[in-house]
Amino acid sequence: MYRIRFHGRGGQGMKTASRILGTACFIEGYEVQDAPRYGAERRGAPMFAYVRVSHTTIYERGVVPVPDLVVVADASLMAIPAAGLLTGCTPQTILIMPPLYAETPPLPFPGVHLTMDMDKIRETQISPSHLSSLWAGAAARLCGIVTETSLLQAVEEELVLLGEEAVAKNRQSALFGWRLMEAHTGCVTEKREPSSKAPPPEWIEFPWDPVSMSAPAIRSPETSRGVITGLWRSVRPVIDDARCGKCWWNCSVHCPDSAITVNKEGAPVIDYAHCKGCLICVEECPRRAITVRPEERDPEKGDPP
Amino acid sequence: MRRRLLTGNQAAAWGARLSGMEYAPFFPITPQTEIMETLAGWIDRGELTGRLVTLDSEHSMVTAAGAAAATGVRVFTATSSQGLLHAMEMIYTVPGWRAPFVMVNVSRGIASPITLEPDHNDIMAARDSGFLQIHCATCQEVLDAILLAYRIAEHPRVRLPVLVNMDGFYLSFTREPVIIPDAALATRFVGAFTDDDTQFTPRTPTSLGVAVLGGTPYSYFRYQAHQASLNALEIFEESAEEFHTLFNRRPLLIEEFYSEDADIVFVMIGSFATKAKNAVMELRAEGWKIGLVRPCLLRPLPIHAIFKALTGKKGVAVIDQNLAAGRGGVLHGEITGALYGRPGAPPTITSFIGGLGGRDISGAEFREMAVVTHHAMERGETPPPRLLFTQAELASVRKMQATALGSHALPTKTQKGEGHE
Ligand code: SF4
Ligand code: SF4
Repeated sequence: MYRIRFHGRGGQGMKTASRILGTACFIEGYEVQDAPRYGAERRGAPMFAYVRVSHTTIYERGVVPVPDLVVVADASLMAIPAAGLLTGCTPQTILIMPPLYAETPPLPFPGVHLTMDMDKIRETQISPSHLSSLWAGAAARLCGIVTETSLLQAVEEELVLLGEEAVAKNRQSALFGWRLMEAHTGCVTEKREPSSKAPPPEWIEFPWDPVSMSAPAIRSPETSRGVITGLWRSVRPVIDDARCGKCWWNCSVHCPDSAITVNKEGAPVIDYAHCKGCLICVEECPRRAITVRPEERDPEKGDPP
Repeated sequence: MRRRLLTGNQAAAWGARLSGMEYAPFFPITPQTEIMETLAGWIDRGELTGRLVTLDSEHSMVTAAGAAAATGVRVFTATSSQGLLHAMEMIYTVPGWRAPFVMVNVSRGIASPITLEPDHNDIMAARDSGFLQIHCATCQEVLDAILLAYRIAEHPRVRLPVLVNMDGFYLSFTREPVIIPDAALATRFVGAFTDDDTQFTPRTPTSLGVAVLGGTPYSYFRYQAHQASLNALEIFEESAEEFHTLFNRRPLLIEEFYSEDADIVFVMIGSFATKAKNAVMELRAEGWKIGLVRPCLLRPLPIHAIFKALTGKKGVAVIDQNLAAGRGGVLHGEITGALYGRPGAPPTITSFIGGLGGRDISGAEFREMAVVTHHAMERGETPPPRLLFTQAELASVRKMQATALGSHALPTKTQKGEGHE
């Protein structure tokens, strides 16, 4: 069985990528199971999708704990341990992703690390909205069990509702991903069932705990500070001091994350480590003094890395 | 007949479509919403006639479903978790109207703490409502069960609503190959919803669900609904037979997987049972005489079929993906109740609680459950029920608590010797 995991952020099309790969393998006559897994369902949140491909009926269910191939659409996810990109990777696992950020420490990844040439992709002017097909095409080539025809047919089947033009562009994008991986065709190998002979589970005698800790409550305000919700942001609100009338209360009161404080001069200041980019402040400012910029993280300015 | 990759939610929508659904009252909730969206998309594109409306809550939704069904309209709806609980007053009410319709529940753990992933506490809350219950383990079963459910629900000897249950995420959002039956055959199988009792017109008004004072009429009507539910066993088998003739797949009261010659049998419901199949095959390869029995119909409970499948077994391990607070596993109670006092009943029936809130059950854990049950058989002594929960899991909870409680965290005796620093 092949076990493949696609990681991305909500909105980056990894569910679509997994489905294109799943359908392509299904067209080839394999038994297939594919599914996305979200935590909080919000745009920009880390999510993943998995595909199982087998010659026989698939009885395994749920997330893929030990992947043969990991596809990562967004290098910034490496900074988020909870995204679990490298969970269960072995020396046989293949990883394909965009180039790592310059400051990223070496990955604790035991397998074969391939890098997607994003510059080449930019040159071809493939639109970001068609990248899901590109990742699917790349994954299909790496697995080596899908023909070009089946891949293109899968793109069509999955995206038919988007209309002919979108299908055509996605087919191009899928083919491009497919061709970029030519040198690595079929490098992903399939594995057997993980054996239940693993060491027996260390079940415990279940403890009794007092209600002060055994009810699901958060009593420490530190947790709100500790969770860097700024990592959720895909766009950034920026206050234009020249237009801000220092009314102070509109933006700061409406911010659901209390990420806007007012300084001694009465001017609002956004805490970018916690601003999640919901843009409610933009909506609420009566002077239209808050503009929206594409996200670019700058640790110098207090952004999360 | 086409075989396609469908999610459990899409399979449910196909089931409704092929059953000739006419009216679909809905209220969205994760992980069910895709069912509603799929039906709405078809109606929008003119691929499906019928009317889909969104109501202001699940309570209104089930009321509308029952009311429409009582007028002879074929009704389909779906919900999940908190939504099912929110509708609970009406869930217990509409079976008494004897209004037949089909409702899908996409299982999801219930609050508190609130969560998204599946277990069966939501559907178990509706266990004794009068709705029949079919529990599915694959996306194919979801589609098939809906066709079958209409047949049974509308049968003159039954006339009760049916809940078809699938696990959130593990089926609802998971695509797997599903055969979509031929539309004409499906129409033929489900048949027309015609019954003189449901020919509602404004000229012939009917009052439904009226009040009775006194225990005598009350007992009468309640027990009538119970008997109608029991009739469904026979109608299920009859309908399954015809389903098999038309579609070459047989819906089962209970699935028996390598259980015939087994000494030890796992008993569980829902999609996690396919994980048990992997474990059974691996243990079999090592010489274990082990199998799986999966009740597909839970209401009415196919007591005779369960007894037949488990009689003569030496040990049974019941795995409950639910937890009745103050009691333990619901299925364990159901199974022991079905077997108690009958000749040949298995002497050892162990109880395991696992998969709460979507917690995985590993192959190694299935093996350990078999080992524990084997020891219990040998010793003639059944261990207390066990929650599948490991040392490492407790450590991870302790870590969460350290953050969530901060300085409020209490050092407790229980933390000693847990491997928690
Ligand atoms: S609401 Fe607008 S004008 Fe008022 S303080 Fe905020 S940014 Fe300035
Ligand atoms: S974008 Fe949202 S979170 Fe960020 S500062 Fe504005 S209101 Fe607050």
